[in-house]
Amino acid sequence: MAAAGAAGAAATDLEVIRGKRAALFFAAVAIPLGLPLWWKTTETYRAPLPYAEISGLNALQLRLKVPVTVVFTRDSVPLDDQEKLPFTVVHEREIPLKYKMKIKCRFQKAYRRALDYEEEALSSSSVHEAKAMLAEPQDQAEGSLTVYVISENSSLLPQDMMSYIGPERTAVVRGIMHHEAFNIIGRRVIQVAQAMSLTEDVLAAALADHLPENKWSSDNRRPLKSSLGYEITFSLLNPDPKSHDVHWDIEGAVQRYVQPFLNALSVVGNFSVDSQVYHCDQVGKTQEKFSKSWKPGSSAASLYPVLNFLLYVPELVHSPLYIQNKNGVPMPTNAFHSPRWGGIMVYNVDPQTYNASELPVRVEVDMVQVMEVFLAQLRLLFGIAQPKVPPKCLLSEFKSEGLMTWELDRLLWARSVENLATATTTLTSLAQLLGKISNIVIKDDVASEVYKAVAAVQKAAEELASGHLSSAFVASQEAVTSSERAFFDPSLLHLLYFPDDQKFAIYIPLFLPMAVPILLSLVKIFLETRKSWKKPEKID
Amino acid sequence: MAAPCSRSPPAAALAALSLLSFASWAASQIENEAGQFFKSGHTNNWAVLVCTSRFWFNYRHVANTLSVYRSVKRLGIPDSHIVLMLADDMACNARNPKPATVFSHKNMELNVYGDDVEVDYRSYEVTVENFLRVLTGRIPPSTPRSKRLLSDDRSNILIYMTGHGGNGFLKFQDSEEITNIELADAFEQMWQKRRYNELLFIIDTCQGASMYERFYSPNIMALASSQVGEDSLSHQPDPAIGVHLMDRYTFYVLEFLEEIIPSSQNNMNDLFQVCPKSLCVSTPGHRIDLFQRNPKSVLITDFFGSVRKVEITTETIRLKRDSEILESSYKEDQIDEEELMEPLKYAEQLPVAQIIHQKPKLKDWHPPGGFILGLWALIIMVFFKTYGIKHMKFIF
Repeated sequence: MAAAGAAGAAATDLEVIRGKRAALFFAAVAIPLGLPLWWKTTETYRAPLPYAEISGLNALQLRLKVPVTVVFTRDSVPLDDQEKLPFTVVHEREIPLKYKMKIKCRFQKAYRRALDYEEEALSSSSVHEAKAMLAEPQDQAEGSLTVYVISENSSLLPQDMMSYIGPERTAVVRGIMHHEAFNIIGRRVIQVAQAMSLTEDVLAAALADHLPENKWSSDNRRPLKSSLGYEITFSLLNPDPKSHDVHWDIEGAVQRYVQPFLNALSVVGNFSVDSQVYHCDQVGKTQEKFSKSWKPGSSAASLYPVLNFLLYVPELVHSPLYIQNKNGVPMPTNAFHSPRWGGIMVYNVDPQTYNASELPVRVEVDMVQVMEVFLAQLRLLFGIAQPKVPPKCLLSEFKSEGLMTWELDRLLWARSVENLATATTTLTSLAQLLGKISNIVIKDDVASEVYKAVAAVQKAAEELASGHLSSAFVASQEAVTSSERAFFDPSLLHLLYFPDDQKFAIYIPLFLPMAVPILLSLVKIFLETRKSWKKPEKID
Repeated sequence: MAAPCSRSPPAAALAALSLLSFASWAASQIENEAGQFFKSGHTNNWAVLVCTSRFWFNYRHVANTLSVYRSVKRLGIPDSHIVLMLADDMACNARNPKPATVFSHKNMELNVYGDDVEVDYRSYEVTVENFLRVLTGRIPPSTPRSKRLLSDDRSNILIYMTGHGGNGFLKFQDSEEITNIELADAFEQMWQKRRYNELLFIIDTCQGASMYERFYSPNIMALASSQVGEDSLSHQPDPAIGVHLMDRYTFYVLEFLEEIIPSSQNNMNDLFQVCPKSLCVSTPGHRIDLFQRNPKSVLITDFFGSVRKVEITTETIRLKRDSEILESSYKEDQIDEEELMEPLKYAEQLPVAQIIHQKPKLKDWHPPGGFILGLWALIIMVFFKTYGIKHMKFIF
């Protein structure tokens, strides 16, 4: 009986031990294996991103190098100074903007003597002839300048003018016979070079969105933001078709005047142009007629910013309509523009056309007059403002395209800096967002775009420092495109926000029934083991 | 000044007309207002108007949204800058006794549907996901331009939401919700990417103030029709249509907006006074701590209208008139285009043979859904209950 009891006790003991081991195994699987597995499988997938490099971009120091070649003719400087040629002088200046990136502007002046043909060209009597003889624009890379120094008494420039800024990347400056010749001429060269390339206001306008908001002049808000392409729409609005039968040769005008301008700007982006005509007759119906567009795939399908230029022919009863400035003086242009939207011009019909015939009067719009205004507005809207020329400087007249080459360079400098600022801001915001909102998933392709963007920003900064403007601009555009693509990827949408109480409500019914027996049995095992440690002491 | 045009011309002309009506005023007025204009810092206006309820008895939410749409259009924001999301179609609803109309006043005084409404997201497209995509700009590339919010850092955006809501959430389509934290995060994402200059958020739902509690991005001003714990009430039922036509808060806001014209000088403080408790029964609330400017200096038209700043063009460039040279090349272009303009025959445009002989696409295999699994679990449990639990040990 006792043996059976003992055997039964031993059997139950065995059961108990087996039970304890089972509980321990359960705990061993659930806690070290199950919990980490659950944690790993329920976290949002984040491909690794170069956070350190992104924060490093903020502290990037931008060095904008403008290579200037200064060419001295024979009588421009004293002889002993001429012996010292050729050599290089660097003039570096920090641009005082309240921006987190430090921007330094570096003018690298390479002084040299003039070659024979240059001497000949610069001894001619007018700048135009000299320009024609010196013209070799393809030799000059974007962003670089050439300044010719002529003698003090040269008749190339009018007597009172000290310098001349040409339409391509050349300028002319008067020399001086003085023992400090190089310093004085160096300062004049810098003045001219700054007007043609980089000044503080150019960069301030480019970075207007990133600077604190105390510089609120209208100049800063007028230019369009940098984009890969633009759509330009020319519209003719005729509210009174009963009186005016308006015709405008828009296609010819665009081809003749606008297209060359846009071709000159083609580095900056893709342009597409279209036009339309609106009639509004008295019955009250509108009828619009779309004429053909020059590049396919524009208008509704594209997401580029749109610039609208409207030509308004006022009704007979309101003609002529003049726009006055604040002093009440009628403006000769009869036009106004709105930042980031476009421009409107009011075209008054010549009153003499009414005398001859009956209504409706045929009106042929003078496209040259119209295009002069529209192109001027287009320049303003792009931010190609009048430069701050140094005193006593002669500015050459406009090229046929309406855009001087160094104005394009200025635009490219401004755009490159703007693109870099935008790309850096986008990448930094992305990194900040990922820190703040934990539910955003980063897929591998998004991560690769981020890497590409960071590499492009660094490359653009390098190219700017070495003075290669065109490759820097291309790299900056790439940086902006990649960073925008990464930031606006549709997969980055964070959804399914779970407040804490909802998380508890989901997991408790799953984990509690499993966790409670395990924990309780662990506690029981622990207490029994402690008791069994104490027991042998008592017996001993 | 321009001849009246009944069907509204596209965006450019509408903006042009509003600009022209502004420009043809006396110069002194322009000068006085110019200083004030440049303070607000925005160059364009956008509006996102969302109605989140479906079903016929939520007629008033659609009418709310359409009335705000009308006011915003009247004050100058063009359709291309308005994203209108209506969760249900009331005008063509089978229960509408006056089809193709949505009225906002009793006795059918004002039809806000009209014949030139442009709804961008309609019916089942109005979801939390689409709304967040519109706000943050994370839209699939195939989305058309009218469905996008193409705002930039100089845009003032008006966001108006209406529907059924609760403490901290807003119900979409009777099947999902958006929480105030998601909305605040969406605005933060907009701010990080500088997709707005200033934002005005108006919400007309029950406990609407809870939706703006969690905002933390700068330059946001918020208005709500009721505080937490209060219900927003509807305004007036129409016996002919059979449902309530508008909500009280929006009704009085609209009455206020009817007085506004594009040149009004009313500011936001006036908007805060709209609909006191005596009229609205609920207590409207507003939040201005995130907004940098003083509401007294914020014009109503900064958000509800689209008044643009203009500058007079003072310079021109000189162009040369060269007519003869390019005329010949121009004629060549014309001839080329006539050759290209031959119309294709209809049959050649559609790949008919391909369409007819298409095979059905193989669908990916998905594991059985919850319903099927639940059904089988139920069947198995019933089996074992009937025949005894001891059979289970053969399974496990």
